[in-house]
Amino acid sequence: MIYREAGQFKASYEADQQIFPIKQDRIVMAALVAAAFLVAPWAASEYWLQAVLTPVLVFALAALGLNLLTGYAGQLSLGTGAFMAVGAYATYNFLLRLDGLPFLVGLVLGGLSAAAVGVVFGLPSLRIKGFYLAMATLAAQFFIVWALTKFPWFSNYSSSGIITAQRIEILGFAFDTPARKYLLTLVIVSLLALAAKNLARTNTGRSWMAVRDMDVAAEVIGIPLMKTKLLAFAVSSFYCGIAGGLYAYTYLGTVEADGFGLDLSFKILFMIIIGGMGSVLGAFLGAAFILLLPVGLNVLMHTSVGALVPATLASNLELIVFGVLIIFFLIVEPHGLTRLWQIGKEKLRLWPFPH
Amino acid sequence: MARVIGDVILDLQNISLSFGGVKALTNISFDVREGEIRAIIGPNGAGKSSMLNVINGVYHPQQGRIVFRGQERRRMNPHEAAAQGIARTFQNIALFKGMTVLDNIMTGRNLMMRRNFLWNALYWGPSRREEIAHRKRVEEIIDFLEIQNIRKTPVGRLPYGLQKRVELARALAAEPSLLLLDEPMAGMNVEEKQDMCRFILDVNEQLGTTIVLIEHDMGVVMDISDRVVVLDYGRKIGDGPPDEVRNDPVVIEAYLGAGH
Repeated sequence: MIYREAGQFKASYEADQQIFPIKQDRIVMAALVAAAFLVAPWAASEYWLQAVLTPVLVFALAALGLNLLTGYAGQLSLGTGAFMAVGAYATYNFLLRLDGLPFLVGLVLGGLSAAAVGVVFGLPSLRIKGFYLAMATLAAQFFIVWALTKFPWFSNYSSSGIITAQRIEILGFAFDTPARKYLLTLVIVSLLALAAKNLARTNTGRSWMAVRDMDVAAEVIGIPLMKTKLLAFAVSSFYCGIAGGLYAYTYLGTVEADGFGLDLSFKILFMIIIGGMGSVLGAFLGAAFILLLPVGLNVLMHTSVGALVPATLASNLELIVFGVLIIFFLIVEPHGLTRLWQIGKEKLRLWPFPH
Repeated sequence: MARVIGDVILDLQNISLSFGGVKALTNISFDVREGEIRAIIGPNGAGKSSMLNVINGVYHPQQGRIVFRGQERRRMNPHEAAAQGIARTFQNIALFKGMTVLDNIMTGRNLMMRRNFLWNALYWGPSRREEIAHRKRVEEIIDFLEIQNIRKTPVGRLPYGLQKRVELARALAAEPSLLLLDEPMAGMNVEEKQDMCRFILDVNEQLGTTIVLIEHDMGVVMDISDRVVVLDYGRKIGDGPPDEVRNDPVVIEAYLGAGH
């Protein structure tokens, strides 16, 4: 009875094409955004801001980037970690070597560098698809991490190969506390998520989905395959690059090339599988789910339920739960949490009536 | 509105197409006049679909000339053909299954959308106005084909007959001057066929679109087409108005079988 759109008439196409056409959705979304901006920075502890909320946002952005490429444009990629590494290292080097470069400009330049690299490694997509394309992006993954380790110039000849993020300062205002870094991340991620949603609902996104669903038909109705696929690689890598920059600057502070390995790429791939392919919301749900699950399990282990589980099992519980969940989602709900959420909403529309 | 059959807009001359040693089309010539409904018929494997694929650039013939609107061409990419005003539907439905009906039809207008991805990311000013303007045109097509109630439904959930209609809608969204229909009525029941016939005739009469169609239902072909080309084993064996073709002994022998 609460979630019902009866009486909400759309008098213009503009009203019909808005992101949340149902009023209840708009209210919930506005409340969530308000809570993220106004409540969280003050209510949450430093630990939560630094170790949970900021990484959820950073990973959501990376997952969003991968989702644009894999979920919308249908090009499977295992190079997400590498594109993040390019973003992080390029931002670091731009800020290091160009004196007085504003932080945000450095971050965008880092994103653009990742986009350029993404386009180069996206070129094989013009000839190969699916698993074979995944192999080509896997090459990107290994090559980039190797190159960042091999040439010490990238890490400014630091002996350990670790780069330390410079202080973030925007217009003389220092972002040095967890709350400030969280807010900066939140603003950037929100804007980019809005942009991704806009891309998805306009001609750009439709072209990507057309190429994903049936490339021959897409070409026949006038979509240039090469341009569309390369644009998907560029935009996706840009998002991953920005996420990499934030990963180094607002989340960890110090990163090394090996931290951007295949594990990271798989982690982000799991996020979009569990969260939902081809959905902006899915990237956020997936990132939150995968990062919060260990926290939740940890809390559970310290309650009376945890006492019943043998210690040897408890240490591996996280891996077991992940494995089971991935298999569950692949078999039962390939569209992930987003689809479960939609089914829930459809049920809620009818509630309390069965039909 | 009275139908006007104009000059030749598509002229195919001596088209030959082969895949390795298999000759799909051998030395075929025919033309299509502006505003007419031109049917291509023939037994299975006669080369009908290959012919359509040659016209919109999916296949490149080894020999022959294609003159479209006075311009001669040998090879063309499918999206160049689309840009010149050639749209088509497929024998096996080729819709974008994960997208809604509305999005599928909107995709048909992609060639007319000028705003690049940066504008689209902002969805502001020109980009928003462009989306709304095209949405209006798409809604007219939705009204025309009477699919208002399913516009927000993902295409994969629709029954076969409606999917065929959505595919026609997507082709019409491009406002083509030449529409190629590959078996638009295959697998339909009588009622659905009647609907589809009516839509094809409406498109031809009200929008003035030239139509080339492949169809196996002889009743339909003889009723709605102005001229018929008959193919058999990649060769042209007949060409003319339906009545003439129907009584041609060579066509009867090849297509309907001896004894009819």
